Amino acid sequence: MSWAFLRDLLSGVNKYSTGIGRIWVAVVFMFRLLVYVAAAENIWKHEHDEFECNTKQPGCENVCFDHFFPVSHIRLWALQLIMVSTPSLLVVFHLAYRENREKHHNQKLYKNPGKIDGGLLCTYLISLILKTGLEIVFLVLFYKLYNGFKIPRLVKCDIKPCPNSVDCYISKPTEKMIFLYFLVATSCLCIVLNLGELSYLIFKYSMKCYLKRHVKKQQ
Amino acid sequence: MDWGALHTVLGGVNKHSTSIGKIWLTVLFIFRIMILVVAAEKVWGDEQDDFVCNTLQPGCRNVCYDHFFPISHIRLWALQLIFVSTPALLVAMHVAYRRHEKKRQFRKGDQKCEFKDIEEIRKQRFRIEGSLWWTYTSSIFFRLIFEAVFMYAFYFMYDGFRMPRLMKCNAWPCPNTVDCFVSRPTEKTVFTIFMIAVSSICILLNVAELCYLLTKFFLRRSKKAGNSKQQPNHENKEETKQNEMNELISDSCQNTVIGFSS
Repeated sequence: MSWAFLRDLLSGVNKYSTGIGRIWVAVVFMFRLLVYVAAAENIWKHEHDEFECNTKQPGCENVCFDHFFPVSHIRLWALQLIMVSTPSLLVVFHLAYRENREKHHNQKLYKNPGKIDGGLLCTYLISLILKTGLEIVFLVLFYKLYNGFKIPRLVKCDIKPCPNSVDCYISKPTEKMIFLYFLVATSCLCIVLNLGELSYLIFKYSMKCYLKRHVKKQQ
Repeated sequence: MDWGALHTVLGGVNKHSTSIGKIWLTVLFIFRIMILVVAAEKVWGDEQDDFVCNTLQPGCRNVCYDHFFPISHIRLWALQLIFVSTPALLVAMHVAYRRHEKKRQFRKGDQKCEFKDIEEIRKQRFRIEGSLWWTYTSSIFFRLIFEAVFMYAFYFMYDGFRMPRLMKCNAWPCPNTVDCFVSRPTEKTVFTIFMIAVSSICILLNVAELCYLLTKFFLRRSKKAGNSKQQPNHENKEETKQNEMNELISDSCQNTVIGFSS
């Protein structure tokens, strides 16, 4: 079980997406998944070993690390990638349901089962709203947990068993901050793409409905 | 998800590239991505563990490492490779869009169809002309920009391409000035120079490909202009011939026999 599973899932969804949806998949693959696997993972690999406090008090480093990093950036990043890709499963399930129905009734119920219309359109729109919502939730979570997107070089820790206030040094703070900003930028890009796709679909189908009604009235 | 997946995506674009484009792709995968994964990552693997400072002051090593290496060489290269490969996706998307249009035409039973079945549409190799030419040329242009930007960023961040053995650090909390020693500086310098050299070769290949495409474009235009100037009297004959050919094509499509392209 690895990221290849997510890659296969997204490739499957790609077939039934709009143009903007395909751009979203490409952005997620290239700028988020690939950057995560090829670069970001290694930066946070030894974060605990390299976290150093100016004290010989046993347990102080552990306690301070746990206080400042309740959930590591890299784990939040991985969770975000998984959660944000999951709403696409709704579309996959609905398509599978359509194909199953056709098989069950042994006749062609839909003109084109893969076309985004009717119930599938609602599912697709819901998946877009969920994706956008989850992206925003994770960005807010990052911001709240770490007081912004900055990673300081030095943090002062005074939790027991640390004696008084102790200086603790985070490893590679600048590099981590650069990749964090990269994560935020790609997240925002994905939010913009999702909102764009949502507006495009709503506009397209409302125009379709309006034209149908207009034609009916004329007739 | 790893570099292998990138290889699959870009391999698809390879079919529609020029010969120089194919050479560029080979250089990218063998001399850059493979070297990065197989060798360079191991050289930089212990970069912080083996970065040693002549002090017992806790935190000094972390701070000095962060000061001298704001972003590690290996991560910068990984980002460079990702950004440089991305413009090829534009071409892949354009080709996919064209294929999708042809499939739609085929399904509608259009008379202009030249294919027996959908498999042929999938396997078809598109020529680089028309709007695909513009997409392809812009992708090469962006590739060049990204390569140049990353090379400059490298040069700017590390004051050249050499990795020094010793760095003097006086960032707080280091007391006074402290000597810090980088691990494997010579090996890192060798790999840095190698990656910069291959980057330069890729830039040259991209420039050559751009010139080739532009030359082809202007030659085609001058040929078209030349043809239309030279033969105004034969226009009617040409038109009649074209009409006959069109009829033959539409007949053969209707009989579902492979037609010949105009």
